[in-house]
Amino acid sequence: MRRFLGGSYVVLALLLVGVGLGGVAPHGLAVGGVAVASPAASLKVGLLAPTTGVAAAPGHDMINGWKLWWAQHGDTVAGVKIDTTYYDTASNPNTALTQARRAIEQDGVQLLIGPYLANEGLAVAPYAEQHKVPLFLPTVSADDLTQRKASPYVTKVAGWSSSQTTHPAGGWAYDKGYRTAATLGNAYAFAYESVGGFAQTFTEKGGHVGKQLWTPLGTTDFSPYLSQIQAQHPDVVFVCVVGADAVHFLQQWSSFGLKGKVPLVVQETVTDQSSIRSLQPEQVLGIIAFSHYAEGRDDSATQRFVSDYATANHVLPSYMAAGFYTAAQWIQTGLQLVHGNVADQAKFLAAVRSVALSDSPFGPQRLDQYGAPVQNVYVREVRRVPDRYAAYAKTWNVVIQTYPTVSQFWTYKPSQYLAQPVYSNTFQGIAK
Amino acid sequence: MTFYAQNLLGGLAYGSLLFLIAAGFTLIFGLMRVVNIAQTSFFLVGVYTGLTLLRAHVAFWLAVPMAGATVTVIGLFIYRVFLHRYHADELIALLLTLGFALMLDDGALALWGGNPESVPAPGALAASLQLGTLVFPSYWLALIGISLLIAAALRAMERRTMLGAIIRAGVDDEEMARGLGIDVDRAFYIVFAIGAFLAGAGGLLGGPITGAYPGLDGDLLPLAFAVIIIGGIGSLEGAYVGSLVIGLVSTFGKALFPELSYFTIFVPVAAIMSLRPQGLLGRKR
Amino acid sequence: MPRAVVAATVVAAGALAALVPSLGLPQYYVSLLTQTWIFGIAAMSLDLLVGFTGLVSFSQAAFFGTAAYIVGIAQTQYHLAAFWPALGLALLGAVGLAAVFGLLALRGEGVSFIIITLALNEIIWGLAYQWVSVSGGDNGITGFVRPAVAGVDLTGTASFYRFCLVVLLVCLGLLVAIVRSPFGLVLQGLRERPRRMAALGYNVRMFRYAAFVLAAAFAGVAGVLFAYYNEFVGPVTLSLDTTVQILIMVILGGTGTLLGPLAGAAVVVFVSNALSNLTQRWELILGAVYVAILLYARDGLVGIGRRLWLTVSGRDPRRPGADSMMRPAASPPAPGDAEREP
Repeated sequence: MRRFLGGSYVVLALLLVGVGLGGVAPHGLAVGGVAVASPAASLKVGLLAPTTGVAAAPGHDMINGWKLWWAQHGDTVAGVKIDTTYYDTASNPNTALTQARRAIEQDGVQLLIGPYLANEGLAVAPYAEQHKVPLFLPTVSADDLTQRKASPYVTKVAGWSSSQTTHPAGGWAYDKGYRTAATLGNAYAFAYESVGGFAQTFTEKGGHVGKQLWTPLGTTDFSPYLSQIQAQHPDVVFVCVVGADAVHFLQQWSSFGLKGKVPLVVQETVTDQSSIRSLQPEQVLGIIAFSHYAEGRDDSATQRFVSDYATANHVLPSYMAAGFYTAAQWIQTGLQLVHGNVADQAKFLAAVRSVALSDSPFGPQRLDQYGAPVQNVYVREVRRVPDRYAAYAKTWNVVIQTYPTVSQFWTYKPSQYLAQPVYSNTFQGIAK
Repeated sequence: MTFYAQNLLGGLAYGSLLFLIAAGFTLIFGLMRVVNIAQTSFFLVGVYTGLTLLRAHVAFWLAVPMAGATVTVIGLFIYRVFLHRYHADELIALLLTLGFALMLDDGALALWGGNPESVPAPGALAASLQLGTLVFPSYWLALIGISLLIAAALRAMERRTMLGAIIRAGVDDEEMARGLGIDVDRAFYIVFAIGAFLAGAGGLLGGPITGAYPGLDGDLLPLAFAVIIIGGIGSLEGAYVGSLVIGLVSTFGKALFPELSYFTIFVPVAAIMSLRPQGLLGRKR
Repeated sequence: MPRAVVAATVVAAGALAALVPSLGLPQYYVSLLTQTWIFGIAAMSLDLLVGFTGLVSFSQAAFFGTAAYIVGIAQTQYHLAAFWPALGLALLGAVGLAAVFGLLALRGEGVSFIIITLALNEIIWGLAYQWVSVSGGDNGITGFVRPAVAGVDLTGTASFYRFCLVVLLVCLGLLVAIVRSPFGLVLQGLRERPRRMAALGYNVRMFRYAAFVLAAAFAGVAGVLFAYYNEFVGPVTLSLDTTVQILIMVILGGTGTLLGPLAGAAVVVFVSNALSNLTQRWELILGAVYVAILLYARDGLVGIGRRLWLTVSGRDPRRPGADSMMRPAASPPAPGDAEREP
């Protein structure tokens, strides 16, 4: 019996520790707040990022980028202290919502920034809007959040739209002389939108898109899809996969002998630093991607950021890190414009929307009236890193061509563009 | 022609990979009736450990048994301290291994971070073979052979050795075996150790295909289950045949009907289940 | 504790819980409690299978999630916003799916049953992921709102909280009635001695099938509430992760007790929320608690509470007959039974 009861106490103790810690937390935070209560005002920011689950690595990149900016520039702007609380979305939209509730209802944040996954962003956006709390999206690129579902509270500050980078890719590929294309993308919205952007502009020019392959997220074996692609003999292949899938794809694209034989153009996530980091140079060198970010871009603002980030974190920054770093820059500029008056939310938001950065790691950026950035799109190529970065990476992305000031609507009229549905696996914008 | 050849080889290679996971799973279940949900977590820890060893310049073929040994230590610890009391209770054992899967999962994330990692194939097999118009990674071909060797070795162990005899006796009638004075408990330890070793070593062996990323274990678990359902739980031959069947069905399914990728595995599984609940080679219990 | 005392306690607790939003509890905690009631219903529905029938199903999230999807789809694509028809359709969907799953899964027993339910759950998840035109794919479905029920607007946190509480109490009442009915007693007999029950002339598979479908209906109710709670449904809602989460609630709380899984839901919701802001390793800690419960307190939180209460009141916790409405969790729920009994 003693052992029986003893066991119960073990469990109870574990639980009490858990609950106790939970109860202590708010006090601990409150004490911290009092200790630094010197600035006149503060801006309470809730940063939603996955630090557990499948997307834990991008989540950490986001937080590192954010922290780097404030570490460099001080966390008090125009008398306003930036007071950030971090919330783990666990790579799960339901958890992201619960955490957004906590941030808004319990902790009273004035601004939400994040999350990472498109589905997390889509789940949180209506909730933030309902509670009139601004939501900044430096990584969530879901087209509709700044198109058919645009809201004054939702802005892609330092962010991008999925098809923004791929619209130029279609025309580029056609001009290269490619006439038939095969596409491969992960079976989810980000890839549907990215591939759709390519398919629409490529076919409008007169190109033909053959078989479109959609692979489940978490695909380790791409060989059946690669055999399909080879059987079609396309002039060019357009690919949009993410995370571990990108690593598997690149590895197998090379080991099944397609690399160097079949022209390949990819969305930037495929060759983002976070995926090429762990691959051998010969598996990735020379691959062309369309992107809003290139860590190897020859520009002083970009290189300052890359070098500082590398020193602090011992890896070259992904676009997620760059996004949150630049979002911090954006918020700082906005705060200066309103002289630290965050009490007037409408004014602050208007100021943020009016910011035009000329020296961000992405290049020049401003927001359109829908809250999406207008920015450069780069054609970039994977090259070896210069010696100074040899300790942090093997390869990086260098810009070979720039499309300046690209809008999320590309060259279409917004009203005309918004009349077509959002790209999906059933609508790829393919011109008949 | 190239299309079919590539998918045939690709399917066999992928199936061989699945066998590395399913073998230990089915061995442990066959004797001990423990459904080890943590088996794919063992695999994940095996890939990460192997990767760490490779980065410390340990040779691949040496790192394989070392990764296996590391996971064996973890497995035996879990078995000795927690599981061994409950092996007779299938359900509790299964639920316990689920808990360890959660903990190993999060522990691996804490230790190795969440970046997707790729595992380089060993030097001699890093290149690809060119057979006419077909280009195929040599390591994938090698894996087909490696898996076959492991299957043959396990079968020989089961059929020819004293341990195998004890296992077979234990599988057939544990109580009778005990009654005859056979030390079944010791066999349990050995079998659990072999299962963990297979998962760990299999992790690094499969690494050049699967890589390592958080969630890999969760992605593999349903596949391992599918193999077991098809092959019949507890049967080693079944696991091998089931692995190859799943590998081929999945590969050809994806190549021929890519729009049905999500269902190429589980629809056949559900079909087999409703026609032959004990699996293709499983015995009716 | 005498039954009357337990019943009175439950009623008093319910009344107290109904007052919660007016007691000045911060809104966020009211939200978490709402979430607890919802997952509590889901966990109790699984307890009907795990604790009372001896069937460990890994497809409970499929029913939970399907109902949630139906609510979202009905409102966004068919403009069916009223509560009762949406609930009816959602339950029909969950029950229909369970009717099919049950036919397949109950061909296996014990471990086979577990593996088949897991595979079936995986198929539904794949379907939700892939069938974009209906399910919205990975993006899920947003853009639907909480309806009014019987003239009561549920938009507010407090009113929705009370609504969920009422549904929870109704479900609890129904489930208690079910497990105490002759039907429920047969189920418990099946859990303990399936062969003997078969020999007594009970159609084992038929009873298990009925329990399986019934449990899906309750999971469906929880799914409907969850859809309205989040005003969002995505594939993760019917994923294996959700199944495992619900199962953990059942185990933590104590199988075969109904109230235990409710307590388990509270613990998972609150502790994981508290921990996740303190440490990144909250999943590890939750896993450790779960394992500790399995090892040391198979009858879960309810069992611990009961033993503490009996110790404090000076009675021998192991004296037979000292139990209450919380019948001692038949630990272990005798799963291998089906296969081992001669």
